[in-house]
Amino acid sequence: MGFENFGTVSFTAEAKVADFITQLEAGKVMATRCRKCGGSYFPPKADCPKCLSSDVEWFEVKSQGKLASYTVVNYGPSGFENDAPYILALAKFDEGIQILARLSRDIEEKDITIGMNLTVSPVKLPEGRIAYEFIKG
Amino acid sequence: MADRNVCIVGAGMDRWGVREASIIDMAQEAAKDCFDDVPALKKDDIDGLIFASSYCGRSAFQVNAAPVVAERIGIKPTSICTRVDTLCAGGSSGIIMATGLIKAGMADVVMVSGGEKLYTPQRWETYYSEMASIDHDWDGAQGMGLPPPFFSMTAQDHMKRYGTTKEQLSAVSVKNRRNGANNPKAQFQKAVTIEEVINARAVVPPLGLFDCTPITDGCAAVILVSEDKAKELTDRPLVYIRGTAQASLHSMSMNWLGEDLSDWVHLRTAAKKAFERARVSPEDVDVAQTHDCFTISEIIEMEDLGFCRKGEGGAFVESGQNDFGGKVPVNTDGGLLSCGHPFGATGIRQAMEIFFQLQGRAINQAKDAKIGLTHNLSGLNVEHTILIYGREP
Repeated sequence: MGFENFGTVSFTAEAKVADFITQLEAGKVMATRCRKCGGSYFPPKADCPKCLSSDVEWFEVKSQGKLASYTVVNYGPSGFENDAPYILALAKFDEGIQILARLSRDIEEKDITIGMNLTVSPVKLPEGRIAYEFIKG
Repeated sequence: MADRNVCIVGAGMDRWGVREASIIDMAQEAAKDCFDDVPALKKDDIDGLIFASSYCGRSAFQVNAAPVVAERIGIKPTSICTRVDTLCAGGSSGIIMATGLIKAGMADVVMVSGGEKLYTPQRWETYYSEMASIDHDWDGAQGMGLPPPFFSMTAQDHMKRYGTTKEQLSAVSVKNRRNGANNPKAQFQKAVTIEEVINARAVVPPLGLFDCTPITDGCAAVILVSEDKAKELTDRPLVYIRGTAQASLHSMSMNWLGEDLSDWVHLRTAAKKAFERARVSPEDVDVAQTHDCFTISEIIEMEDLGFCRKGEGGAFVESGQNDFGGKVPVNTDGGLLSCGHPFGATGIRQAMEIFFQLQGRAINQAKDAKIGLTHNLSGLNVEHTILIYGREP
């Protein structure tokens, strides 16, 4: 399958990295790494933006990231009106990637500290949709 | 043929705000205001039109809008007639491109016009259309929408790193709203107090209602010509484009692996190049229009443009160094926070204000302004555009 059921609203039409969704359904959040120059990418890229090689491999983002910044969204964009309020967070990972995702609703704002450890994990949404989110630790 | 010097000789804009007019109607009003500013110019002299608009294909349902504008304002370009899109810097891109064409002798008299009509086709679609200006595929699917969340994260990063305060953010809004209060073309013509800014409804904390630029319909236009032609057309002091730069760093994705959110390395890259090309330094700038899409933006811009040291932007704005009587008056016409921000028009509106300042006829005039600067940030901080203007070439 492709990106039809990705996120609360999917804006992705067709992309060469549709395997990301297959892996997400299987419980894994994947990024890509270029076998030629070593560049790592999230969102995944089927072709390397640095050296333009197509010799790239998938790897699972398993490490702990560190929270860089976050924001509480009170007014969601079209399609997200009923989701708000929610917290968007940005975290940096050892693999040389950075990920924007929502914080799991299990994490309350009062418990958030910049630099806290987060891992990225698949999350099932209503109506058969799927995304990824940050969970503690 | 040696490169020619390039001057602005005329500028105009329509009333900005939520308009019951089409983008072409507004482009016509802006052009009329611009023609009125340079009475000696004959429309037949104009051989180029560059129209800057990001959303006209989507929200005004008009692609290739330049010939439509040309027809509506009664000009027949023969050197260039095209649309450009750099989102928030489109107007500035148009001025850079027109400067290059005139310098090289590939065009002589170019109108750079631009604007947006945003509350259409249906009003609710505005918030859907805006997704086109971010990484809608990945960030968008998470519920990352309009720019405020990104700048909220940036503000929080700057506050944590440098101790910047909510009061310092608010000082930017108080100054720019005061400057816009007597600008008859601005969307908001009402000053606000620091208490009103601090206590306003939160949009995305720490950013409140008065920390954010609104959604705006509007157009603006300038006329660029060679120095020789400028001398024929006007008795006013000549205003030259001295140096330009446009630097991009990364994609529109929040997932870009760059520097920290409040460290705008590509702004410093652009500033270094623009100042070198203009043969001036930040201390020489008498008046500046910088991209105050959010109050935090103006604070970081003061730092990375070189008006103050990194991390000291908060204190710089709080002590009025970016105001009349300070080091460099910034956003003297009200900036984006008062005028609003029809993306393609903003760089042109800034150029118009610098043009008026350098000719000594601005509404809020900076003393003896001889060097002026405009700056735009595009999208979610993806690129920075700088133009430096002067009374000498």
